[in-house]
Amino acid sequence: MTEMEPVIGLEIHAQLKTRTKLFCTCPIDPGAEPNTLICEICSGQPGALPRMNGKALELAAKAGLAMGCRVNERSLFSRKNYFYPDLPNGFQTSQIDPPICEGGSLDIQGPDGPRTIRLNRIHLEDDAGKCVHDPRRGRTLVDLNRAGTPLIEIVTEPDLGSSAEAMEFLRKLHALLVRLEVTEGRMEEGEFRCDVNISLRPRGETRLGVRGEIKNLNSFRYVGQAIEYEIKRQAGLYAAGRPVLQETLHFDPDRHETRTLRSKEEAHDYRYFPQPDLPPVMVAPGLLEELRASLPAPAEETAARLRGQGLRDEAIALLMDRKGAVEYFDRAAAIYDGPGRIGALMAELLLPACQRDGVPVQSSALGPGGLARLAELLDQGVLGRRAAQELFGELFETGADPGELARERGLLQISDRGALSELAAEVVASHPGEVGKYLGGQEKILGFLVGQVMRRSRGAADPKGAGEALVAAMAGLGRQGGDGDGN
Amino acid sequence: MTELWRLGLGQAAQGLAKRQFTATDLVSASLERIRLSEPRLGACLAVLGQEALDRARDLDREGHDPSRPLWGLPVSVKDVFCLKGAPTTAGSRILEDYRPSFEATVVRRLRAAGAVIVAKTNCDEFAMGSSTEFSAFGPTRNPWDPGRVPGGSSGGAAASVAGFQVPAGLGTDTGGSIRQPAALCGCLGLKPTYGRVSRYGIVAYGSSFDQAGPLARRVDDLGLVLAAIAGPDGLDSTASGRPVGDYANVAEARPGELTLGLPDELWAADFDPLVLGVLERARRELAGAGVRFKAVPMPNLRFSVATYYILAAAEASTNLARYDGVRYGHRSGGDPGLLALYRDSRTEGLGQEVRRRIMLGTFVLSSGYYEAYFRKAAQVRRLIQEDYRKALEGCDFLLAPVSSIPAWPFGSFTDDPLTAYQLDMMTLPLNLVGAPGLSMPAGLGGGLPVGLQLMGRAFDEAGLLSAAKALERILPPLGDPPGL
Repeated sequence: MTEMEPVIGLEIHAQLKTRTKLFCTCPIDPGAEPNTLICEICSGQPGALPRMNGKALELAAKAGLAMGCRVNERSLFSRKNYFYPDLPNGFQTSQIDPPICEGGSLDIQGPDGPRTIRLNRIHLEDDAGKCVHDPRRGRTLVDLNRAGTPLIEIVTEPDLGSSAEAMEFLRKLHALLVRLEVTEGRMEEGEFRCDVNISLRPRGETRLGVRGEIKNLNSFRYVGQAIEYEIKRQAGLYAAGRPVLQETLHFDPDRHETRTLRSKEEAHDYRYFPQPDLPPVMVAPGLLEELRASLPAPAEETAARLRGQGLRDEAIALLMDRKGAVEYFDRAAAIYDGPGRIGALMAELLLPACQRDGVPVQSSALGPGGLARLAELLDQGVLGRRAAQELFGELFETGADPGELARERGLLQISDRGALSELAAEVVASHPGEVGKYLGGQEKILGFLVGQVMRRSRGAADPKGAGEALVAAMAGLGRQGGDGDGN
Repeated sequence: MTELWRLGLGQAAQGLAKRQFTATDLVSASLERIRLSEPRLGACLAVLGQEALDRARDLDREGHDPSRPLWGLPVSVKDVFCLKGAPTTAGSRILEDYRPSFEATVVRRLRAAGAVIVAKTNCDEFAMGSSTEFSAFGPTRNPWDPGRVPGGSSGGAAASVAGFQVPAGLGTDTGGSIRQPAALCGCLGLKPTYGRVSRYGIVAYGSSFDQAGPLARRVDDLGLVLAAIAGPDGLDSTASGRPVGDYANVAEARPGELTLGLPDELWAADFDPLVLGVLERARRELAGAGVRFKAVPMPNLRFSVATYYILAAAEASTNLARYDGVRYGHRSGGDPGLLALYRDSRTEGLGQEVRRRIMLGTFVLSSGYYEAYFRKAAQVRRLIQEDYRKALEGCDFLLAPVSSIPAWPFGSFTDDPLTAYQLDMMTLPLNLVGAPGLSMPAGLGGGLPVGLQLMGRAFDEAGLLSAAKALERILPPLGDPPGL
């Protein structure tokens, strides 16, 4: 039996982050009462006509630019015809040829090393409504609030070779589109969902095998499970010498298996043809330039830059994973040139606090200025790590000035050499016994003496500086003592 | 105050401006005329009597407003225009109880100009037909012979205008549905350039063809209505942003400066001798007045009928997919199950001709047939557009017949759709091209009206109206239909 390799391509639907629908001005709100966000256009009344939402076009083009796609100056909408109760017009308005974006790619770090996953296209389309089945009363109700919501469909080439690669690709794509604010990406709301095309072929073969298409997976985990199951199922068929049929499949997450939705023969004939109610979608070169300028740097570049600024890998990963974190970091680092310390503070204190309280980084009460100041105090040795941790909760809540708050709380460290020397001299003078022991070789006693300096400073002294000052003060005594002994 | 209903739109507007009568007088006269003539004509599906009177009284209370060119004037609109809260059936059983929640842009504009909508007129179901016999709510009769069809699909509109119920009506023209009934009923009808008038709120048939336009008894009156409804519309992405001409005030062209192209393919048709006689006499009269003619070949027009019926049916098949019994309109109470709901609602709600075109359109878009039919037809459409452009190179306008036969007796072609489709030969080219055209009476043949159509360049409605005014002066008026 030859070894079989899986060939996987994905079709991802991402709901665009627009205020209103694709072809009318109804607002989008998944939480609204059924059929309250509809009008004659998105409910398919006779005579109603669509009109294009310019923001949706921008977001689609932006997604394409970020992945190196060619954005077509002119693209066309077509009607995709089929009957379903949640489809008010009896057709979906989608793009066939040409779509808004073509080509492009996304690099991923697969389990077997870096891979470039090519994109076939990105196109715009509208979503359908929802059917709500009420089995108790034997009825199906239709909610059209979602009908007309703008989506992009991102179609990859069959470049993925495993469930792990597919999941990594999806995670990366999701993070990118969320970071670009192309989509909110809430998977539980169906705002980011995926169809998987999968086939097997003998390793080394270049032709594609017969594929199964698993529809509508709305979690990374399900994608992984569905692919794993489908690979096993198809491999089993090949092993048994039975044909794999071209089918549309549904994944049952409870039973971890795929089931046939419809065979190739039952596939819809969508009767695509150009949508006569919408003129070609034009993207002005000016708009493209504007969008290009608004794109954040690619993730690899950002990571390399942060590494160059002295951030540790864990901090980089955390910053890049959280929306707005890199921007926050950049602002703070512009105020105080201590990027390593700022990055560490964000990774250890700020981002966990934001996460815990569900506060977006950019709207945290402790702004980049405050965090920069905190980093500066730490670097100057005026504030200790423990004191910083103690203060952080309040700083995060109130956005107070770290210096002032530390002073109020008496947590500022005395690291001024003159002040420390004075304190050390006092302690040395009032503890001759301990000083004698130290000078006699019992160096451990220094800890006790540092404690005394801390007490006199009411905890504000920098312990490290205090130790140094004590050693200096006692060194003077030692020399004097030696002289005395010699007398 | 006799015979206010005889006044044309412009004449009535002048009377109102001079306070010779009130809007209420005029609207009442129209409603009374409808009441008297409806048993004979059957032009209206709904008469908005009370609403129209209330509105006329409101206008009179507010006083004449010279800034509103259609102030106080009664008009009818074909039943494919959405009127908020009023029945809008498109002549179909499936929309029998449908009341739109919004208003068509042209209706809003008519009302903004001060017009009073008195009736919604009958039409072939979803504007598919050439005789109004395919209305689910009964036939409309030709004012010149109640045993004959008024043409279609805007047959109710044409009968309401030619039968003096209203001075002007609004129709739609997808393949000749304004021009042909106007010709068969003896009034005028204008199909504007595709995109000149918003399609928002017009029950769609063939989206890349549909265009609303006026029917009236005088060329000037067509211009008055067009001026009120034309122009860009944010609600219709296919409405043109081009500046609107001064359609209400066009100068009359000089016949001696007019060169009219005669498309060979349309003049070589197999005419009814009575029709041919009228057309030839009209040409002689025009030539006598100084109009020059030039034969122009348009070889691809022989494909017009096939091209149109592929493309329009394709668009119709998906435009009508929304009538599924789920959200509004007729829902079958028969067998349970989704498939049965679709099948039964549509079979019960849609008439035979509509179902025929849906099936035809579904077929030509199907996988494996798209290339052979839809794509080919779209290519031929471009060839016809090219023929049209070339034909106009050496002349000002094209002149053609509208129908090779006069209004026909009911039932003549209801079982012979192919022959009926062939009869649209003269009017289809203009819709395939998207250019503007106007049909006007050329004379009577055997007591029935015969029409001529004038076709122009895209967005040159003003030029078209100006030439039509010259022709209107030369060609003899038809007089009143018998038994008026």
